[in-house]
Amino acid sequence: MALLFSLEGAIGQGVLWGIMALGVYITFRLLDFADLTVDGSFATGAAVSSVMILMGVNPVVSVFAALLAGFAAGAVTGFFNTVCKIPPILAGILSQIGLYSINLMIMGKSNIPLLNSDTMFKTMGNILPDLGWITSTYLGVIIIGVLFVILVIALLYWFFGTELGASIRATGNNQHMVRANGVSTNMTTIVALMLSNGLIAMSGALVCQQQGYADVKMGIGAIVMALASIVIGETIFGRKGGFLRRLISIVVGSILYRIIVSIVLQLGLNPDYLKLFTALLVAAALTVPVLLEHSSQKKAYKKLTEAVQSVEEKF
Amino acid sequence: MLKVKHVSKTFNKGTVNEKKAIDDLNLTIEDGQFVTVIGGNGAGKSTLLNLVAGVYPPDCGIIELNANDLSLLPEHKRAKYIGRVFQDPLMGTAADMEIQENMAFAARRGKKRTLRWGTSKKEQEMYKKQLATLGLGLEDRLSSKVGLLSGGQRQAITLLMASLQKPDLLLLDEHTAALDPITARKVLDLTDQIIRENRLTTLMITHNMNDAIRLGNRLIMMYNGKIIYDVSGIEKQRLTVEDLHEKFRQAAGSELSDDRTVLI
Repeated sequence: MALLFSLEGAIGQGVLWGIMALGVYITFRLLDFADLTVDGSFATGAAVSSVMILMGVNPVVSVFAALLAGFAAGAVTGFFNTVCKIPPILAGILSQIGLYSINLMIMGKSNIPLLNSDTMFKTMGNILPDLGWITSTYLGVIIIGVLFVILVIALLYWFFGTELGASIRATGNNQHMVRANGVSTNMTTIVALMLSNGLIAMSGALVCQQQGYADVKMGIGAIVMALASIVIGETIFGRKGGFLRRLISIVVGSILYRIIVSIVLQLGLNPDYLKLFTALLVAAALTVPVLLEHSSQKKAYKKLTEAVQSVEEKF
Repeated sequence: MLKVKHVSKTFNKGTVNEKKAIDDLNLTIEDGQFVTVIGGNGAGKSTLLNLVAGVYPPDCGIIELNANDLSLLPEHKRAKYIGRVFQDPLMGTAADMEIQENMAFAARRGKKRTLRWGTSKKEQEMYKKQLATLGLGLEDRLSSKVGLLSGGQRQAITLLMASLQKPDLLLLDEHTAALDPITARKVLDLTDQIIRENRLTTLMITHNMNDAIRLGNRLIMMYNGKIIYDVSGIEKQRLTVEDLHEKFRQAAGSELSDDRTVLI
């Protein structure tokens, strides 16, 4: 029973964090840019949303303000990389570190509780009834989360089919080809980073409203969680298939990741070890396919070679 | 008309690896000319093409295409006027994208990328027809990923892509060097056909002297960043591979004797 209670929370969290994983997917897989801005821009979204809610702004509006703040964060990383020619990883780290201070500036302190303020999830939870073992609060998280995920996936699916979106996908493939066809790779890189970090900040805003506080450290390790979601999704759905399937697999991966985490915590894992657990989980998920292929190749070689040799012995 | 005036380019200036790749080079190519470029390794052929394409800026000199000064224009802005096919078959296409997506991407060369859908139904019909002219059976595989194709197929598609939007200048950088002889011949014939049909002004680098003589209506030979031989018309048609070898030996030989006089 306790496991079921933790599952309902895990699903809602998985959906909300899934939006962040979708953002990371844009840079990590489509643009082929290891962007580490994530840890900073996730907290930026939370900072912007929480401060605006305290100011009395509508919580829904604050989520879209967070999106804009994320655009700005991505643009800075893009500027570092394209104009200043700083390598991707370093450009991302510079933004991430700089954002830590900026987030503190926005928040004014390191933690903002939203216990006495209305968030989207509180409002929704008050309207909804309990549904079986899922309480109204968790049901609200799932409904709002799914609505946002559908919106984001629909927008991404459309955007990456447009001329501009295709230019970004091409940039991740082959920058020479993109420039030779008259598109500035600086432009596509910046647009992709903006879009990615916008979604990440949006996810940060949603998560902060759901958990009822914003913390300047809440983005730490976000990149690894996003990679865990992407990799788990790929392991289960495979890396082939249409774009829509890929996007959905990431959100499913994110939900599965949260379920795995809630199970190991239920089983008694010290929460302090959670980040280590996540890191090892990602490493394992990346390693297993390599090992499997290696062993299957070896097995096939043995089998075929033995067959060839036995034929030789007969004659 | 392409005009290259007093262009020089040195790599790794001020280091032990300093290399003068292009040395005060002058070249004028009239509209509709198909120029083949030959020369040994390090002669500056690829550097010349890259300078015209804008991969890097010249140290000095002017590069003009149809009276537009391109000298310091970034690569993606020149692409509006210039079509390119690279030596590496992987460089001209995006592997994870479909054939039709690649073609649609190239069909919009030099145009602003908007939020309109990447390919239209009408275009797909057109691409089908154009792919059929390649005779590689690609017209039925519009939504195949380009990464699944062979080097020759990718190079043929790149060639088609470069000509979808008729360029003022076509740059071919040894685009058949990585292909097997039969495929190379096929791609070359296709090249010749596309250039003739569209009357494209073309610069083509090749290491195959037979091809350099057989194709095009003008031939230039480069050595040490300079053009040492420039021939067109009847005179080019009468050239033999032996003539070219002789020219090459003369150029290399004079250089050697120059060195000797310096040493003495």
